[in-house]
Amino acid sequence: MSSAVFWGTLAAVFAAGLALTGLVENEYYYNALYLILQAMLMAVAWNILGGFTGYVNFGSAGFFAMGAYTTVALHKALGLPLPLLILAGGAVGGLVGLGVGYLTLRLKGVYFAIATLAMAIVVETLINNWTYVGGARGFYILTPEKHLWFDSYIQMLFVVMLLLTLAAVAVSRILNSSRLGRGLAAIRDDEIAAECAGVPTLKLKLISASVMGAMMGVAGAPFPFFVTFVDPVSAFNLFIAVNAIAMPMIGGTAHWIGPVIGALLVGTTQEVVKVTVSSEMNVLIVGIMLVLFITLAPQGIVGLAQRLRARGSR
Amino acid sequence: MVSADLLANAVAAGVLLGGFYAAVAIGLAIVFGQLDIVNIAHPAFIIVGSYVAWIVNSTFGFDPVLIGVAVAPLFFGLGVAIYRLYYAAFERTGQESLSGLAFFFGVMFIIEVVLIMVYGVDYRLVQADYIGRTWSVGFVDFPLRMLVPFTVAVALTGAVYLYLSRTFMGRAIQAVAQDRLALQLMGADPVRVKQWAFGLGIATAAIAGALLIIIGPVEPSVGRQYIGRVFAIVVLGGMGSIQGMFIAGLILGVIESMVSTFVGPSWAPAVAFGVLGLTLALRPAGLFGRQ
Repeated sequence: MSSAVFWGTLAAVFAAGLALTGLVENEYYYNALYLILQAMLMAVAWNILGGFTGYVNFGSAGFFAMGAYTTVALHKALGLPLPLLILAGGAVGGLVGLGVGYLTLRLKGVYFAIATLAMAIVVETLINNWTYVGGARGFYILTPEKHLWFDSYIQMLFVVMLLLTLAAVAVSRILNSSRLGRGLAAIRDDEIAAECAGVPTLKLKLISASVMGAMMGVAGAPFPFFVTFVDPVSAFNLFIAVNAIAMPMIGGTAHWIGPVIGALLVGTTQEVVKVTVSSEMNVLIVGIMLVLFITLAPQGIVGLAQRLRARGSR
Repeated sequence: MVSADLLANAVAAGVLLGGFYAAVAIGLAIVFGQLDIVNIAHPAFIIVGSYVAWIVNSTFGFDPVLIGVAVAPLFFGLGVAIYRLYYAAFERTGQESLSGLAFFFGVMFIIEVVLIMVYGVDYRLVQADYIGRTWSVGFVDFPLRMLVPFTVAVALTGAVYLYLSRTFMGRAIQAVAQDRLALQLMGADPVRVKQWAFGLGIATAAIAGALLIIIGPVEPSVGRQYIGRVFAIVVLGGMGSIQGMFIAGLILGVIESMVSTFVGPSWAPAVAFGVLGLTLALRPAGLFGRQ
């Protein structure tokens, strides 16, 4: 995809999103789209460390919740507006991501994955015991009165999330196709060889982990306004972590478009199943799709497409 | 001031809890420690064991421990089947690290959601006449709902230890952990040995699940709290060393019990992960590691 087509598509999608708010009233659609976009943002973020660099993060829900709870704490303390809260959530997520990046110095592969899971549980325990943000009982947040020129607050949140997700996709594409992205791929394929070839592995891993953490924090920051009631169970939901891993794995991890395709496919399926069958089934379906795809198509949809194209050109 | 009887009770409860943790972790000590298969779904299999114990116990009233032992062969078969799938999909193609991890993550999630869909999120418990009783030695209490699992766990750990060190198959499992190629050169089939070992690991989950539901009521997402514990124990115990794992289980049990007693139960979940994090950061080989 050439740059012009890419930026054109992003602009077209954003324009379509804006146009939608003028045409459709029904709040359900914005709810569903918000959830799909949130999952896509998480998937794109996970893929930057997991797919490009090869470090599996099981603690996605922890980063997401840090963003959400940064919003809760700052909203309660200072009453900051949404854009600043999103920035703050991103900053907190990015800093923790940087810390996780330093973990990669000592921990490889499996141990790193388990350590990130550990990080998420430790943060969850902290939040459970932090009464200022509601502790285990949770925290109610009122939907603000103002919502710019939109008809309702959820419409505005949807447009905000659309903007954030498109920005994340753009960052992910830049990372993937730049010199930096080639360094990350070298780390994924063979870290020692990359180090020997002069790739500044630590620096690249720190960048990639911080970007991942920041994006996840950003994804979590508007969440309290979306649900209006946050508690550790909803913010640290395992479902968020599973989605963040499953979507890139299903779409294909090596290419920036993988998580986007995966999120569109899985997210849409989930929303349809939630309405037509049941909300438990919608959770189950991700697990089944994840297991099926990694056993049968380990390279994901992108890998399948590439194989088909290779066969076609032969 | 910390009173002596509170401390003694906390330590005793911790030791009983720790022994039980050893039963929970032993399957992973075999599967992860010896075979390097990252089965993060192990606690989920334990929950399945708990539910089997609950179903049979509430229908026929058999003793949960007996149920656990009786269904262990079924779990063994399940483990063999899962390993065959895992081998065919990941190990043979050399993709076990990232994809294998995500595979077990998915399996764990599916087990949890299916249990929720079929049985709901209610807490389930078993009936046995010893569950409510307590033995007291001086001012230290030994509730039988902890003491019975502890005893069974010690027996299970001892049996697995003897099996791995004394029998032909047990030694073959240790051999595959040390040097897969050498085992192959001796004319043994590593896949067959690993499949046997994986089955054994899952079989222990049937017994551990029965013990878990004796200790307290169980619901599907309880398993998640055990992910950190089992990995903390296996890593702290030095990856695959059965004695090391048992001692690590006791250490974790005592620390958790102390934290619950003196700091507050809501902090206990972080203990295992704290221990795990510290171990990974300071001494990744564990206490009894084969460096």
